[in-house]
Amino acid sequence: MTDASTHGSLRGRRILIAKPGLDGHDVGAKVIALALRDAGADVIYTGLRKSPGYIARVAVDEDVDAVGLSILSGSHKELVEEIVEQLKALGARQVPIFVGGTIPEADLPELDRLGVKGVFTSAMKLDDVVAAVTEALV
Amino acid sequence: MSATPRPRDPGSHVPSGIEVPVVVTREMSGGDPGAPGVYPFTRGIFADGFRGRYWTMRQYSGFGTAEESNQRYRFLLGQGQTGLSVALDLPTQIGLDPSDPMARPEIGKVGVSLSNLSEMEILFDGIDLGAISTSFTINGTAAIIYAMYLACADKLGVARERLTGTIQNDILKEYVARGTWIFPVRPSMRLIADSILYSNRVTPRFNPISIAGAHARDAGCTAAEEIAYTLANGLAYVDELRRRGGDADHFARRLSFFFYVHMDLFEEVAKFRAARRIWARAMRERYGIIDPKAQMFRFGVVCGGSSLVAPQPYNNAIRVSIETMAAVMGGAQSIFTCAYDEPFQIPTEFSAELALRTQQIIAYESGIGRTVDPLGGSYYVEWLTDRMEEKIEGIMREVEEYGGAVAAIEDGWMQLRVARRAHQRKLDIDSGATPVVGLNCFTRDDQAQAPGEVFALDPQASTRVLEKLAAIRDRRDNAAVEHSLAKLAEAAVKDDENLLPYLVDCCHAYATVGEIVQRLKQLWGEFREPVRL
Repeated sequence: MTDASTHGSLRGRRILIAKPGLDGHDVGAKVIALALRDAGADVIYTGLRKSPGYIARVAVDEDVDAVGLSILSGSHKELVEEIVEQLKALGARQVPIFVGGTIPEADLPELDRLGVKGVFTSAMKLDDVVAAVTEALV
Repeated sequence: MSATPRPRDPGSHVPSGIEVPVVVTREMSGGDPGAPGVYPFTRGIFADGFRGRYWTMRQYSGFGTAEESNQRYRFLLGQGQTGLSVALDLPTQIGLDPSDPMARPEIGKVGVSLSNLSEMEILFDGIDLGAISTSFTINGTAAIIYAMYLACADKLGVARERLTGTIQNDILKEYVARGTWIFPVRPSMRLIADSILYSNRVTPRFNPISIAGAHARDAGCTAAEEIAYTLANGLAYVDELRRRGGDADHFARRLSFFFYVHMDLFEEVAKFRAARRIWARAMRERYGIIDPKAQMFRFGVVCGGSSLVAPQPYNNAIRVSIETMAAVMGGAQSIFTCAYDEPFQIPTEFSAELALRTQQIIAYESGIGRTVDPLGGSYYVEWLTDRMEEKIEGIMREVEEYGGAVAAIEDGWMQLRVARRAHQRKLDIDSGATPVVGLNCFTRDDQAQAPGEVFALDPQASTRVLEKLAAIRDRRDNAAVEHSLAKLAEAAVKDDENLLPYLVDCCHAYATVGEIVQRLKQLWGEFREPVRL
């Protein structure tokens, strides 16, 4: 259960949680998906090993309001860049992108430049993650 | 982030959910646990514990290109290390050649790229494979990497029966937690049984499987669930090996296990004591195995993982030392200690050395390994061992009622249980119900996040890997490659054929891991991941 401040804060929102690349550690993605769902969101989880093209296509087809990418292999810069390009190529509407996983602090400016709205690490509280997503969707 | 108030006292429950009495008396503590080295091995599989031999201190390494890893291995062997642990990159782990577009961003990232025998020849150049033991963390493509190791030994003139080492080769937990599956569950089980039976015959000193609970545990499940799911998976492998004609008295001697050790010290010790008992009993009562060596539950551990956190990172070194003590007192055969910086970066040489020193201090200075099972006979530890045993067996019964581990995994039931438990664990940490020092209590506003240096990978590594792959494709006899792959495919459609000799032939011909996997996918298809939340 989320606390009172985020409870139901994402009702009616559609959020895609995706695992790009080959990394198979999916528990973080699933925990975030469960937390977003507890906050009322309609969550679509892709499962493992999805290509940037596939993820962009699902984001467009499902008309999602936000995209969360979970990457723990260290390939976040390459993968995020490609997904952003693919979304543009498909003419997707501008939706906030979030990244979760093992992301060194030194890479934050680069992800920011690519348009990433927030980077979440495992040390963050789920309520804080939900609050950040809620705020980006206002 | 805001800190939550710290709990007033240690609480009444161990993390697996067992309520612990304030005092455990002699009357509550159950019967005599028996002697070490004797069925059911509660107190350990060896009568003399660590006397005469310490546990194996095995650290995990391997990165970038085969050349870079070879240099690192030669350095480590020069320092007196006798075992190598090979980490492979994700494309090699899921059977994609480096030239595959999905593979490119991940070449050499989390381990070394080994797409074909010529890369392995470079990896072990100048190293005597007959004199060292090599452990490969490989699962989806384990049979292929093992076949490649045999082909490599053949090329180097090392007799196969001299080879020692381990392949993880545990596909069931890949579906549950680690994610490097390729084929559907049933053909994967066959490939594993084939490699174990072949290895028993051809490389009798090699460990062809390490059945791992570590990944599900690190993902979030409890210590009791970790043991229960892993033993359930172990029984599924025994059933498959028997179905394929294996003799349990023989192959069960070569089964080994792998777990995480997290922070609740007595729960961890009790879990290993209970696991030894449950496994020995299952071998004897389910399968009629009477040879004690085939009833023994051998295991290695990793200390750290998700029990380590990024805030106040040096605290992690203290955590790892407590966990290592639990592993030693639980009777582990091999221990890997995580570096304190693992939650946020690839460990540096400094942090990796500190992790190894932690084990060495416990081994050589603390004296806790001097007598076998030093906690045996403690009212609390004997009581908790019995309670953990009940808890584990209860979860194993649930798996059995579901139709066994294979069915529970094909349906995504086990995966769902792990995800939900992980979510609950996270909520408990967020609320402060599970205290983590530096994360949700005793935090400082100015606390450092990531200190020190960052390990940098050579950005040219993937280009060189791709050039080498193109060169070998030019240089090899492509007709021989095609012939070996066709033979493999022919054998794969027959259920009574062991595929390993065919895989060795493919490797000898310099067929790539990707080509071999592609050929088998055409016959077996791919696993369809059940996405349940």
